Amino acid sequence: MIEGARWKKWVWFYMPMGAFIIALLFPFYWMVITTLKPDGELYRPWNHALYSPFWTSNPTLDHVKSLLQDTLFNTWMLNTMVIAFAATFISLFCGVIAGYALARLKFRFAGLLGTAIFITYLVPQTLLFIPLADIIRDYRIGDTPWALILTYPTFLIPFCTWLMMGYFKAIPKELEECARIDGAARWQAMVYIILPIAVPGILSAGIFAFTLSWNEFIYALVFLSSPEQKTVPVGVTSELIRGDVFYWGSLMAGALIGSIPVAIVYSFFVEHYVAGMTGSVKG
Amino acid sequence: MARVLLKDLNKVFDSNHVVKNVNLEIADREFVVLVGPSGCGKTTTLRMVAGLEDITSGEISIDGTVVNDLAPMDRDIAMVFQNYALYPHMSVYQNMAFGLRMRKFQKPEIDKRVRAAADILGIQALLERRPRQLSGGQRQRVALGRAIVRNPRVFLFDEPLSNLDAALRVQMRVELKRLHDRLETTAIYVTHDQVEAMTLGDRVVVMKDGVIQQQGAPLELYERPANRFVAGFIGSPAMNFIGVTLEWTDSALWARAPGVRVRVPSQKTEALRQHAGKRVTLGVRPEALHVANGAEAAGSVLDATVDVVEPLGAEILLNVRAGESAIVARVDPATRLAPHENVRLAFDPAKVHFFDATSEASL
Repeated sequence: MIEGARWKKWVWFYMPMGAFIIALLFPFYWMVITTLKPDGELYRPWNHALYSPFWTSNPTLDHVKSLLQDTLFNTWMLNTMVIAFAATFISLFCGVIAGYALARLKFRFAGLLGTAIFITYLVPQTLLFIPLADIIRDYRIGDTPWALILTYPTFLIPFCTWLMMGYFKAIPKELEECARIDGAARWQAMVYIILPIAVPGILSAGIFAFTLSWNEFIYALVFLSSPEQKTVPVGVTSELIRGDVFYWGSLMAGALIGSIPVAIVYSFFVEHYVAGMTGSVKG
Repeated sequence: MARVLLKDLNKVFDSNHVVKNVNLEIADREFVVLVGPSGCGKTTTLRMVAGLEDITSGEISIDGTVVNDLAPMDRDIAMVFQNYALYPHMSVYQNMAFGLRMRKFQKPEIDKRVRAAADILGIQALLERRPRQLSGGQRQRVALGRAIVRNPRVFLFDEPLSNLDAALRVQMRVELKRLHDRLETTAIYVTHDQVEAMTLGDRVVVMKDGVIQQQGAPLELYERPANRFVAGFIGSPAMNFIGVTLEWTDSALWARAPGVRVRVPSQKTEALRQHAGKRVTLGVRPEALHVANGAEAAGSVLDATVDVVEPLGAEILLNVRAGESAIVARVDPATRLAPHENVRLAFDPAKVHFFDATSEASL
């Protein structure tokens, strides 16, 4: 019986989990190994006698050096950071306020408005960038960080609003009513009672918004043109792929270093984040 | 000092008329209980007094001031909610201090009041805890404490005990009563539990479908229900209702049904005279029935078959069938009866009620 249970545990738990972990982590491994391989190994054909795609015997940091010294990678990181933080802040602020209004205030068409906001989130960016490009040109903010700081909220605000609306709805409305009887004005009840309780939800929305802005590609590709204005995803792909030449080592180094801030943000907030996902409000 | 006056109060949600022309006068220091089945409009009425619900028409005044358009915070009331509504991110102390902080009380005064309230409720040791670390009864006390620190003009209670288990509910009921005697603040209490209503209220207001059915002292409702609904709602086990026909026999008015004959007491004969020959509903409480000992043979009795016997220790609940009616009698614990046995139950004629068969009003 115990033998059978152990066998089952391997088949139904450890093996699927192992496969899952490998599938998730392999891309990172590939990035690391490609970053560390010298060019000689990297461009070895597959039928070469010493072909070894998954390992390197001569690790080198040349690609990282060339990424940091020969490209504007540091500038791209800074740009991406500024844009992601600014866009996240704007979206979170609007999303929290709009989500609260849609969840709590009684006004005509509240439900309809909520659905409409969600639908705007579903409009693909590949369609939206065409009219947005027109607007960016009219306001003369093309090729500046503002082009992205102001356009990212077009998809982040609906997302944050929808997420926060759901979260606010899960908070018992008696808490707020009680606060209002206790002597708080509506905004005070929101600031002192509802927002502190909603912190896990706000963090979840913030992390998502930050990740989405950090990884965003198409707007950044279209609205920015000078190399010193670019963000990491666009900078790396446009400056390290010249014609049909792929600088794989530096490309992968850029991808690896570029994903570090997101990883830090995730792990830093993971506790709150998980609580936010599972809904932590209990009477 | 706070007198609360509800005048022609109405509430309409979309097309639902949930509170209909409610008129209620609550005296200073009175403990009034609104009781009724769910959806009877009692909670909506309370929420209108609190200012959490707009008033469709009518007027609410506290101490002569119309409060219809005052925000909840300006009405000087405190409310205890069914789910306690404790702020989960604050300690017990902060929960109780919140209302005072919002009203810009000085720190020493806040501290004094919170500690005094904690003393009254016996929660001094819990002040630094978070609500999630408390048991149901402790949360209930904190919710009460949060209400009393403010020293409001009116307390509002919205089913505050219904989330507690039965034993704790009885204990908190007693504490609430003691607390009210001590604080002497006007209180409006909403519940669906008639036992709570009877034990707590100076006055009980029975509501159904948004309409006040009857209001009065607990025993007045018990002894003189205004209609069949109140009669059935107040008292446990509930009053028995039997469809009877009124007939004159030997110059006395009798109520008859298969297996049932009740001589109408002389003081009720006058009121029932015009219903002679018609069908009315007879109501008798389980405690007004007892097993006949022969002396009543000619009087008011019902012949029945025992269905179920429920011995409760201090009493026995006898479920019997008489004709088509299922009847419960609360009888002496020494009674020995088995199912399917025939039994003759005698009425206490003075404690028999009659209700109009259609309007259901007391006759």
